[in-house]
Amino acid sequence: MDTSEQIELGELKPGDKARVSSVVGTIPRLHELGLVPGTLIKVLRVAPLGDPVEIFVRDSRLCLRRSEMKGIMVVRES
Amino acid sequence: MSTTLGKKTARVAIVGRPNAGKTTLFNALTGAKQRIGNYPGITVEIAEGSYCVSGRVIQCLDVPGLYSLRAISEDEDEALRVMTAADDSAADLYVIVMDGSSLERCLFLFSQVAELGRPMLVALTMTDVEAVDAEELSRHIGVEVIPVVAHRNQGVDELRDAIERNLADPVAPDLELGYPEMVRIAVQRLAQNGVAGSVNELREYALGIRSHDGLPELQRLQVEAEMKDLLGKNIEGRLLDSQTRYAWASSVRKAVHTTAPRTKNRTDKIDAVLTHRVFGVFIFLAIMYGVFQGIYTLASPLMDLIEMGTGWLSDLVSGPLSGTPMLHDLVIDGVIAGVGGVLVFLPQIAILFFFIAVLEGSGYLARAAFLMDRSLGWCGLNGRAFIPLLSSYACAIPGIMAARVMPDPKSRLATILVAPLMSCSARLPVYVLLIGIFIEPQYGAAAAGLALFGMHIVGLLVAVPTALVLNRGFLKGPRLPFLLEMPRYQWPKPRDVAITVWSKVASFLKTAGTVILAMSIVIWALLYFPRTAPVDRYRNPWTPEQIESQQAQRQLENSYLGQFGRAVTPVFEPAGFDWRLTTSIIAAFPAREVVVPAMSVIFGMGEGEDSDDLRSAIRDAKKPDGTPLMGLSNAISLMVFFALCCQCLSTVATIKAETKSWKWAWLAFFYMTAIAWVLAVVVYQAGIAFGWG
Repeated sequence: MDTSEQIELGELKPGDKARVSSVVGTIPRLHELGLVPGTLIKVLRVAPLGDPVEIFVRDSRLCLRRSEMKGIMVVRES
Repeated sequence: MSTTLGKKTARVAIVGRPNAGKTTLFNALTGAKQRIGNYPGITVEIAEGSYCVSGRVIQCLDVPGLYSLRAISEDEDEALRVMTAADDSAADLYVIVMDGSSLERCLFLFSQVAELGRPMLVALTMTDVEAVDAEELSRHIGVEVIPVVAHRNQGVDELRDAIERNLADPVAPDLELGYPEMVRIAVQRLAQNGVAGSVNELREYALGIRSHDGLPELQRLQVEAEMKDLLGKNIEGRLLDSQTRYAWASSVRKAVHTTAPRTKNRTDKIDAVLTHRVFGVFIFLAIMYGVFQGIYTLASPLMDLIEMGTGWLSDLVSGPLSGTPMLHDLVIDGVIAGVGGVLVFLPQIAILFFFIAVLEGSGYLARAAFLMDRSLGWCGLNGRAFIPLLSSYACAIPGIMAARVMPDPKSRLATILVAPLMSCSARLPVYVLLIGIFIEPQYGAAAAGLALFGMHIVGLLVAVPTALVLNRGFLKGPRLPFLLEMPRYQWPKPRDVAITVWSKVASFLKTAGTVILAMSIVIWALLYFPRTAPVDRYRNPWTPEQIESQQAQRQLENSYLGQFGRAVTPVFEPAGFDWRLTTSIIAAFPAREVVVPAMSVIFGMGEGEDSDDLRSAIRDAKKPDGTPLMGLSNAISLMVFFALCCQCLSTVATIKAETKSWKWAWLAFFYMTAIAWVLAVVVYQAGIAFGWG
């Protein structure tokens, strides 16, 4: 995996698909919800005031605040 | 493993992740025979229900939804304690509810529950959405899998049979999750070196998931050595654990899914509209407007009916009790009027929870929380607070109770403390009365509507800075993550809605009814004693009705409460209240709904006179100097005071019950009363300065 392409999950736009590459320093609950390295995710939408963000991960829709997704690095997938 | 065949009752814990269809299944199994379980030291509500099979009672526990067995909140911790209890209340069998449409996450939870080593079986839900091969799944996870569509009662009998089978012949799964070699080696070494515990426990020690503080010195050092070794190999224990479980879950899912998951489904299409950045907000507002319109229009005929009922009851007992005047007054003015005053809000409570249950059951409430999170989040609340705050517009008691939807204790406390600021329906009669006297006649219906709307907003406007101050002061510190899951849209299940409404109605009657009943009697006594000498009927030229109203007025003036009202009048003078208004307000502190009846007495209404008479009495009331008692400024200041003041002992009692602390209950009471007084004074003084009269 080319680590130079790693970006923060929060940088993705609605409609973007990506694969989680590393998870550092988030609360364990996030990986218990399936956000572990290798997981495919898709950004579904952003709430009207820019936060939280809804993502599709492991067959379900999860809303995260931007402050909570710090530490989740992803690599874009086409 | 011991079987439970001989026992008269068996306990079955229903376990699953949120939104997996757990409660629907629980309701299908047990019907309406439910109550909140009583567990010492447990605040989280765990519903219990039961059903009978061939003379044996099967008790079911609806364990609150869990994402993981590693609790991050007190509520989760408590739910886990109940679920894993090893004493008399231990569950004989776990029924794990798996949602076919989010199988991986359900399998993740299952992999953790499996390690408890208890007998279990799986109820597979949402098979009408995603096709899952139940037999194949059963082979992979080593326990029975029963597909159910609970709201159509499909598979429920089969599940009951399976529960019987598994109680007689319990099966505990033994999974091979496929941890990396080095973890297995670490576990082996720990076992060889005499560290006590099962394989799962040893692995949790090595991965740093389970605290090893309680182990003897030597074993602790062994564990620390293994932890260091794994960390040295760049392994983050908890992450590795989740990763391993999800890898296993993915492989199982691939094997049992019979259709490829659809990429674009109904939920996405609905969400494109309902959570749209622009339309979504308007739809949200429209839905909320509809809910409130619904509450007001649907509740009022039912409320009239209840009022008619209590009136009828008063008339019925009035005759037999007429020989004992004190008992007569206690029963009619104390008990019936007091309890009737609570009962009258029952339709609103029921209708509100009907709407909440429908919105929740359809999946919309989570969307509303998503839309509202930012607007509520910046002051220390979060999107979930919208539910309790909305409920508080009907009544703060269910609103405060609804704050249980919030996992984070600090946000929950902040929500509980500001919820009573929302304008509950008991405030409405005062708004209607005063707007009807001072605004509608002079300024028209549009201004009256605006004023009514304004009164419903003022609490919210005060709640936001209050929450901010609480957040920076009393409730400083880290919060739990927001983490909201959006369930799929579905039709609300009538049975679930009915059970929710019924349980809320029952608990409202219990919580508020007892407190209000007791307080009604106390207040009645404070108004009833000391007795005033009767008006001399022969020296006055009044009609019997006038004498009666004079008598009531004098009694009130001289009662303990009236005396107190007069004593504190100077405090309320800056807000434009005279002794009559002050006494009405003081009388309404235990329950604000008595304010209009209190005003009726104070302004000399006799029996048989209606609200039109009260209106003219208040409008025509004069100060001692002959000028009108109330103008627009007084009316607005009175409404503002009323909107913000904590005139409800049931609210105080509910806050105490929910927070387990009188400190928060009294904090709410005093801060609200203080803000109400300050703003009432500001409004009145500003009104006088601007010459509103």
